[in-house]
Amino acid sequence: MWAEAVPDAGDVDAFLRAHDAKDLLRLVVIGSVDDGKSTLIGRLLYDSGRVYDDQLAAAEKASARGSTRGHGSTAAIDLSLLTDGLRAEREQGITIDVAYRYFTTARRKFIVADTPGHVQYTRNMATGASTADVAVILVDARLGVLAQTRRHAYLAALLGLSHLVVCVNKMDLVGWDPARFEAIRAEITAHASALGIAHVHALPVSALHGDGVVRPGAGAPWYAGPTLLELLETVPVVVADGPALRLPVQLVVRPGLGYRGFAGQLAAGGLAVGDEIAVLPSGRRTRVAGIDVGSESRAAAAAPESVTVRLADEVDVARGDMLVRPDDLPTTTTRLDARLVWMAEAPLDPTRTYLLKHTTRATRVDVERLVAVIDPETLAETPAARLELNDLGRVVLRAHRPLFVDAYARCRATGAFILIDALSHDTVAAGMIDPPRADDAPEVERVTAVDRRARLGQAGAVVELGGGDAIGRAFALERALFEAGRIAIVVAAAHATAIAAAAVIAIVPRADLPDGATIDGAAVEGDLTRAVLIAAGKLDAGRADRR
Amino acid sequence: MAAIATTRLPDPTPQPARLSHLRQLEAESIHVLREVVAEFERPVMLYSIGKDSAVLVRLAQKAFAPAPLPFPLLHIDTTWKFRAMYEFRDAFVARGGFDLRVWQNQAGLAAGVNPFDHGSNQYTRVMKTEALLAALAAGGYDAAFGGARRDEERSRAKERIYSFRDRHGGWEPRRQRPELWNLYNGKLGPGETIRAFPLSNWTELDVWQYILVEQIPIVPLYFAAPRPVVERDGTLIMVDDDRLRLRPGEQVRTETVRFRTLGCYPLSGAIRSAATDVPAIIAETLATRHSERQGRLIDHDQDGSMEQKKREGYF
Repeated sequence: MWAEAVPDAGDVDAFLRAHDAKDLLRLVVIGSVDDGKSTLIGRLLYDSGRVYDDQLAAAEKASARGSTRGHGSTAAIDLSLLTDGLRAEREQGITIDVAYRYFTTARRKFIVADTPGHVQYTRNMATGASTADVAVILVDARLGVLAQTRRHAYLAALLGLSHLVVCVNKMDLVGWDPARFEAIRAEITAHASALGIAHVHALPVSALHGDGVVRPGAGAPWYAGPTLLELLETVPVVVADGPALRLPVQLVVRPGLGYRGFAGQLAAGGLAVGDEIAVLPSGRRTRVAGIDVGSESRAAAAAPESVTVRLADEVDVARGDMLVRPDDLPTTTTRLDARLVWMAEAPLDPTRTYLLKHTTRATRVDVERLVAVIDPETLAETPAARLELNDLGRVVLRAHRPLFVDAYARCRATGAFILIDALSHDTVAAGMIDPPRADDAPEVERVTAVDRRARLGQAGAVVELGGGDAIGRAFALERALFEAGRIAIVVAAAHATAIAAAAVIAIVPRADLPDGATIDGAAVEGDLTRAVLIAAGKLDAGRADRR
Repeated sequence: MAAIATTRLPDPTPQPARLSHLRQLEAESIHVLREVVAEFERPVMLYSIGKDSAVLVRLAQKAFAPAPLPFPLLHIDTTWKFRAMYEFRDAFVARGGFDLRVWQNQAGLAAGVNPFDHGSNQYTRVMKTEALLAALAAGGYDAAFGGARRDEERSRAKERIYSFRDRHGGWEPRRQRPELWNLYNGKLGPGETIRAFPLSNWTELDVWQYILVEQIPIVPLYFAAPRPVVERDGTLIMVDDDRLRLRPGEQVRTETVRFRTLGCYPLSGAIRSAATDVPAIIAETLATRHSERQGRLIDHDQDGSMEQKKREGYF
């Protein structure tokens, strides 16, 4: 059961030494219930001995409440039950969220992010992939490469994973047909390579029977490659040539007695005592006087270690600052060209200000432009006015304070950010910073809705007036708003939306409609002028009230 | 037919040395500890006296050294812990110079709530969950560190590192925030709090290996020794004091046992074991066919019971 021999008491020391040097691999497994994803993960856990008898018993007990595969068969345990965590999921036979699983062999410890793969779960996939080194996706051998498969591969590429492992599952149901496997392998490899994924591996497996997962597949004598576990145990996790040093400061440790240390986790590169470093944003240069990890003093440290650094000079350093090498600086900028995975029910609102967290630095940001929405199957980019839940988009953001960034492709830790809704506090988007694109960066910085709103001190609105005297009432309202210090204009219906988007109040006389008025489509009762002032003020209804 | 192109095992040429898995876990946990302290007003660390708490406190010491811990430790005391746990706790606090707050549910004590007459479910709710919520409210804490790990129980597998709790301390799995990279969202509304779990990605084996390499002191009950026990409903319960009422026919025997997890003694099952040091425990952990929480009676009183307790505010 255990993937290696359990040590006798005498061998424990040797065993422990081997485990001390063990590596850590984080993988994300993406797929839907139908692909056999839960069964595949259950198989990895079960065949590597990480499933205990009482967990198995609990899963079997739970299967009486509802199993995706029925129950009563003792010959084949329903391994998918081992990974269905919450009661609602077991009852509905679905997975609603990212779950984390753990198993270990003599060579590596594995952290598995188990993510559901349906279209509406893009945000879960992004979450699971954000911390992963390797993506494992499942393809049903009978169905071949689906739109969903291409979507999964795109997300793996977007999140910067350099290894994509494609498990062609249910090979037993196609009679272990080598031609079928080869066709799928060739198609997905071509697609993934076009996406820029450096290493694509395809394996024939039957998770249900355990073939090709931990044990070699009995039905595929024509396949000479590794099993899934062999591959995961040996796949190299090498950090590409990233920056020489990125140390975002989390906090200042100052217990008195003259000790002043800057604590943080190395995001990239490393540093040694005596190195010259620069502190951002001040740009001040100094040298590393000491590196502490707990009570231990170190000569050098490297990512991803958490350290406390002492500096040779009295330099002003605070949370959100970054220690870097003067000869390899990140870009200091307020403009972010980025791709977003939108994760909230409420769509992106380009007129709102969001909170952004990047490394240990937080700032407010405006959406300068929603450039395009990306179709993750065809990779086509189309201009769009909205970005909705599970959409992928390309945006330009403007931060209220400068950030120290690298392109995500060069350094994940300094190329990634999250957006937070300032009111609900929900995490609404995951962002990956791109190098500024020439075609997205016009010579003239465009005037945005945010700029106009700030200048005019009002939001736009569309006011429709109905009835026989609509035109006369429209000009009367225009005058009243003008006297109240607001900018409004009487226009034809065709122009109203564009005018409102430019933060101006559009008044549309509609003699063809019955008596009455609407603001942005909602009917208004009572004092129309006051209602328009409140709508246009939006953020300062109080001020409109006092007028 | 054309030859099948197959994936080959990667070239075994030496790779740049990577940090061992334990040191990667350590670095990640220290990062979480520091983020919470930087982003919250009044953090506190739940201290349960067990091995996970011992590891958590060690990590916190490393995160803020040479400064003392920038938060107090909080022990929710049901008064039913093993005597050896209280002794260990008091020595540990004295030696480490920690600021320990102990909270007992006085109303529950006055009502005589105990694990025998009230059942493990109600007892846990009153003496642990309600006591915890009251202690957090009384201290005005907006973030509470706990030593929970995702490998412990299956509803924990979906737990976040920053676990959001509503105004009543409840956990709503569908309302948890996505956690990407190591960017944690610490924004709270009025009355909301978080539980922070720096050991989320550790397994039982990792904890034991870390205790070994860091030489972290733990309660002696984790090591096998002859102890007085009774066998009750298939579980070995230690007779730690005379509050344990023997049922008809129950015989107190002396057996060589140890504990994989420690809680309230009437609810903590012992295992027969000869492991008297950490390497032996690790060997046993690798060989066992039973999960660590199997001896925790409160996990098994109903299907989905951990999930239900968490929704009510349990850790």
